[in-house]
Amino acid sequence: MSTPGETPPIRYYLLRILFAGIVILSCTWVLLPIIISILYAFSTPQDFYSPKEIIPLHYTLSNIQKLLALGAARATMNSIIVAVMTVIFSFALGLPAGYAFARFAFKGKDSLKLLIIGLRMFPMLVIAVPLVTLYIRLGLNDTLLGVALAHTTMALPFVILITSSIFVSVPIELEEAGYVFGLDRKQTFLRITLPLALPGLTAAAIFTFIMSWNEVFMAAVLTLTNRTLPAFILTSAMAAPDIIKFAASFIMILPALIFVFIARRYLISMWGITVK
Amino acid sequence: MSSNKQGYSLVERYLPYLLIAPALGYLLFFIGYPLTQGVLLAFTDQNGHFTLQHVYYLLYSPSSNFWPALEDTLALAAAIIPIQIMLALGFSLMLSANFKGKDMALYILIIPLTISDVAGGLIWYSLLTANGFFNKLFMALGIINQPIQFFGYQFRPMEFIAIVLAEVWRATALVFVIIFAGLQMISKEYIEAAEVFGAGTWTKLRHIIFPMLKPSVQTALLIRTLFAFQVFGVVMVLAGRDIPVLAGEAYYEQTILYHYGVAALYALIIAAISVVIGYIYIKMFKAQYLREVTM
Repeated sequence: MSTPGETPPIRYYLLRILFAGIVILSCTWVLLPIIISILYAFSTPQDFYSPKEIIPLHYTLSNIQKLLALGAARATMNSIIVAVMTVIFSFALGLPAGYAFARFAFKGKDSLKLLIIGLRMFPMLVIAVPLVTLYIRLGLNDTLLGVALAHTTMALPFVILITSSIFVSVPIELEEAGYVFGLDRKQTFLRITLPLALPGLTAAAIFTFIMSWNEVFMAAVLTLTNRTLPAFILTSAMAAPDIIKFAASFIMILPALIFVFIARRYLISMWGITVK
Repeated sequence: MSSNKQGYSLVERYLPYLLIAPALGYLLFFIGYPLTQGVLLAFTDQNGHFTLQHVYYLLYSPSSNFWPALEDTLALAAAIIPIQIMLALGFSLMLSANFKGKDMALYILIIPLTISDVAGGLIWYSLLTANGFFNKLFMALGIINQPIQFFGYQFRPMEFIAIVLAEVWRATALVFVIIFAGLQMISKEYIEAAEVFGAGTWTKLRHIIFPMLKPSVQTALLIRTLFAFQVFGVVMVLAGRDIPVLAGEAYYEQTILYHYGVAALYALIIAAISVVIGYIYIKMFKAQYLREVTM
């Protein structure tokens, strides 16, 4: 605010310190709970139950091992299988639709897009309750495929909208160049559009993975023995000692933290599409 | 290729519909079928005859938790959403300034976007439980003599606070992303023009930034309200059924009591509330979308 050459007033420095303080406080508000819960997940029981040790000083893997032995190993595996199936199904169905919205002009496009946007707002968890009767009839109840099909319903509107916006961002001139050199639509898509869209699509796939990984209501309603990790935590791990619960929370947030780290560039735009 | 041209363009004309049809068909089946089935479950008895017994159970049975669940769901929303909007506004204004480490701060603030409600609940449990971080910290500092109890039926008001803290911590990022995007769309010219006329920080906020942020705040408000009626994991982790919520009761009636009709009724109620909120949202969005298209 001050003109060059003039020494800024002391108020300026005070404001800067105040501002830095607010920034640090905001970041601490987000980071501290994560850090504490991770430290507690690896804390020895002695340190956790000692009122003196605010931050545990002795660490162990035994909480994680006990949790895995309780059935979390299988539940984690189930979660991964369900999430991978969800990514495959929702991309197989959603990617073509996203491409159509991005690259074609056709009658009813706006209404269809609005329909997808509307469906994305639908509380998908409610389908789980009545789905049970259908699943029992089809033999899909308490199966990972059944959960993945329900998760696909939840993820599909997002996948359509996200892939569509990714394809829109691929310069159409490059596709036109492909046509000029005699490629047909399929070849152009496979050799030009897809490779250019790949980084964005990868981020979208991880995003879908996390969506399924985090979902608890449908998974808890649709499974009984084949629990996914969040459903397992809700039904079994809540009876375990506290430090075992913290170990569960650590496994739950691990993929999310990895995702934030590798795909942070895409995170905001992806959530922007999710909510806009 | 020219002999083929007619057929080619015919395929081209129907191609977008062919590409969209599988996804749309899947969605319509997996939403339409359960909804129809849900109505059947909610309004028929075992013999398939029409009945209102599930409705009566839901509304009047002493073992039904519907009214407390509705009340607590609304109370949680009323406690959580205003704090989230204000915090998100604060974060957005903070990050609209230029400073060193701004990108870092932005990434940190959006980390909770990827954290599930179950994990968010557990994380706050590790902070608030009797042997948790805050109790140990405040005891070491001599602020309290014995741990503050947050969990257990006799501490329901504290459980409520724990849920509010966990949800504000976890889901504010979502509100922040919406409002921050809205803030970045405000043209710098308006603000510069105001500065030319000598507007101070407060005047700029009050007369330019807040009015122009109104659409984003409305969007954030609606989406958060929509999600508020689906709140489940964080409540189950931190309070179980001590604080009943609509989705939690649906889960309980379905998986513990096997009252499929009642559970379906809960599902339909959540769906109906969401459709109403969603309808308002779509109308707003459509107006905005059309404005963008015509502009």
